[in-house]
Amino acid sequence: MGEVKVIATPQSFPCARIEWALRIKGVEYEYLKEDLANKSPLLLQSNPAHKKVPVLLHHDNPIAESLVILEYIDETWKENPLLPLDPYERAQARFWAKFIDDKCVFGVWGATVAQGEEKEKAIDAALESLAFIEKEIEGKKYFGGEKIGYLDIVVGWMSHWLNVLEELGEIELLTAERFPSLHAWSHNFIQTPPIKDCIPPRETVVEYFSFGINYVRSLEASTKS
Amino acid sequence: MAKNDLKLLGGWFSPFALRVQVALNLKGLDYEVVEQTLSPKSELLLKSNPVHKKIPVLLHADHKPICESLIIVEYIDEVWTNAPSILPQKPYDRANARFWLSYIDDKLLTSTKSILMAEDDEAKKPHLEQIEEVLEKMEEVFNKYSEGKAFFGGDTIGLIDIGFGSFMSWIRVTEDIIGIKVLDEARNPSLAQWAQSFAAHPSVKGLLPETPKLTEFAKLLILQWTASAR
Repeated sequence: MGEVKVIATPQSFPCARIEWALRIKGVEYEYLKEDLANKSPLLLQSNPAHKKVPVLLHHDNPIAESLVILEYIDETWKENPLLPLDPYERAQARFWAKFIDDKCVFGVWGATVAQGEEKEKAIDAALESLAFIEKEIEGKKYFGGEKIGYLDIVVGWMSHWLNVLEELGEIELLTAERFPSLHAWSHNFIQTPPIKDCIPPRETVVEYFSFGINYVRSLEASTKS
Repeated sequence: MAKNDLKLLGGWFSPFALRVQVALNLKGLDYEVVEQTLSPKSELLLKSNPVHKKIPVLLHADHKPICESLIIVEYIDEVWTNAPSILPQKPYDRANARFWLSYIDDKLLTSTKSILMAEDDEAKKPHLEQIEEVLEKMEEVFNKYSEGKAFFGGDTIGLIDIGFGSFMSWIRVTEDIIGIKVLDEARNPSLAQWAQSFAAHPSVKGLLPETPKLTEFAKLLILQWTASAR
């Protein structure tokens, strides 16, 4: 179906989502590795509104925002459908995807960077958001059923990146005791091809997040002083 | 139960509920609006949207409730495939429509809330800049996508029209409260014209809340936001 390129960085989980989707569909693509400290003219021109990765280029047409890109991939390449076929099931999958990006990602990040008095509250909020996702995976092998689907790809960051945040934030969120089904899913997901073929080395994720955490904390310290 | 057994948990003040109503009207569907209040929240709302406890919620026949305005609009488009289509046909055009709505929800809505809560001109400044930037961007997007026609969707209203247009009353209210015009004929001539066309569209007419009534509502809401932010 023509030229496919991905502007991405390996440590970024929204970028991993795109690679997973393309590989599941058997779509060949060229990986254009971006240096976020020194953004390329191609990135700035392809995503002028946000200047962020990932960007998918299909016949040089740019598409940005990972959830938007996932839907485009699913609509363009019909093999191995990612979203359910039934409109009601699709609405549910989209609902949880939005919840994950709005509440879980920010919740976990918030719990990671919080310090002092606010930490306890931030941890509670993160746990509350994860509890909803636990319910959604209970009794299922994947969020998509028997095969990896759209929602598995969206939640995928919990199988690798989450653990790094827990370590850096000195918190424990996704444990087998608290969330047995989600915990089991995350171990299973990370080992399934083609997912495991594009997981960045842990040290690079540690470095990537450490930078972000220190930046946020120093910002907060300077606004409080 | 009839296939089209449709109930919308909505509110006259909510631009999100409005998105759903416009979509339902566009498809020519019969539905009941169950008007909600922000506080107290009804049992039905709490039961239908336990995760967010927010409107809009679409109750369709035997299905479990569907929540989140843009997700509901896409659902409506997928179930009722009669013309007109709300989303464009081609995947690339669909991606663009979804992208710009994500942009609006991300940048415009948050900066509108922030500017309404800002205490002085200094505090308002960054949010005002953000709002102006978004409107300038959307003016460009309109000029590109409309191809000289009345709407983002061309001859008929589409996803961007519905998602963005439903927010117009709140833009007017924000202008009234902060005393600054952000969407005007001089700076955004296409958007100003489009806003009028949107308001006059048969699927929208009569549904946009009137500015004075919405302003009063907004003032109370701002007090609530400010109180809970402390």
